Amino acid sequence: MKEQDQGRSPDVQDSQDRERFERLVLPYMDAAYNLARWLLRNSHDAEDVAQEALLRALRFIGGFHGEDARAWLLRIVRNTCYTWLEKNRPADLMTEFDEEAHSQTTATPETLAIAAGDRERLAAALGGLSPRFREVLVLREIEGCSYREIAQIISIPIGTVMSSLARARHQLQRSLTGAAQKEAAREL
Amino acid sequence: MSCEQTRLILHAYFDSEFDAVRAAEFEGHLQDCAECMAALETQKLLRDAIHRSGLYERAPVSLRRAVRSQFLAGRESITTARFSSWRWLSAAAAVAIVAVAAWFVMPVLRGPSQELTLAAEIVDAHLRSLQAGHLTDVASTDQHTVKPWFDGKVDFAPPVRDFSDQGFPLLGGRLDVLGGRTVAALVYGRRKHYVSVFVQPTNEEDHPPKSGSLRGYAWSHWRNNSMDYWIVSDTSPADLEALRRLLAQ
Repeated sequence: MKEQDQGRSPDVQDSQDRERFERLVLPYMDAAYNLARWLLRNSHDAEDVAQEALLRALRFIGGFHGEDARAWLLRIVRNTCYTWLEKNRPADLMTEFDEEAHSQTTATPETLAIAAGDRERLAAALGGLSPRFREVLVLREIEGCSYREIAQIISIPIGTVMSSLARARHQLQRSLTGAAQKEAAREL
Repeated sequence: MSCEQTRLILHAYFDSEFDAVRAAEFEGHLQDCAECMAALETQKLLRDAIHRSGLYERAPVSLRRAVRSQFLAGRESITTARFSSWRWLSAAAAVAIVAVAAWFVMPVLRGPSQELTLAAEIVDAHLRSLQAGHLTDVASTDQHTVKPWFDGKVDFAPPVRDFSDQGFPLLGGRLDVLGGRTVAALVYGRRKHYVSVFVQPTNEEDHPPKSGSLRGYAWSHWRNNSMDYWIVSDTSPADLEALRRLLAQ
């Protein structure tokens, strides 16, 4: 993929492609970076991978005839991120959430409210979820995508979007209250 | 409906993915089921916390620049000042319109100056904010709500005032990134238009407003009392100037 990228200079890109890229895709540069940043959990890698994804988007824009350029771009970003993770950090893709370790059933809404109100703790809990759960939450709650868009980006049925979100939210909640309770126990 | 089922479809209801009929049906269930109601409240609490935390990671300036310079070299008018012919026409028209407004300070269109590069960034930032859900991180017409929201998020106190009486209601605020720095962005309404005001502290000398227009958006930039202000909108340059005077008071 890399060689191909370098072999085809952007200079030879059809100017119509560039015009469409600038008009349809560039407004979503934040969305692209945001997803890459959350999937890779590192701003330097996110910048490299987002750039690579944007380059791919420019190359493939001739084949894009849909209406939802954001979902189209985010699908490319997501695929680029997973390819990158497989190659550079395969362990990230193995980390399945340990439900037992995090199952705390005694958390009250108050505990949750306090834990979730702390930005760092919330970001850490979200970052600690498995990539599959992290991405649905980021797309739904931070990027504001609909189920249909998420289904398109991740290539899963709409019904699976709903069940993934349900499980992801459940785990985020447990992770937050679990961390809060551990902290409270340390302070005692 | 079994409770296990409703626990799952509660999410579709919560995410507004139901049509009106199914939503009404589900609301009927909520009336009778305290557990589902409590589960829904928990979801609301989580969502509010996520939205309040400003977890959106905006593209850094370096990425923006890299993409512009690498992919769009040769057609980007702002950083290279190489205008294609139709762009020359529209830019010339924009300059002419602005120049006619006699009270307006002449736009600085001297070429690829730093001001123009920044103006392009400001217009981009304003456009980004107009995408769904990004206009404000804190939506409030109350300056006493918006001002404290910035505490701890930026290392300065941006001047936050509401100008509803003068026709520029304060709509809220958000964080944005300009030139690699986190800045405070205030959003004002003007009839059906939005005005973004970007504020950051500066060590540089005060300077009077410089103004211009880019891709149909009017902008103005000045420094006053160690604060650097950029305002941008698709409203008329006269409106923009009126707001600038209010902010400068």
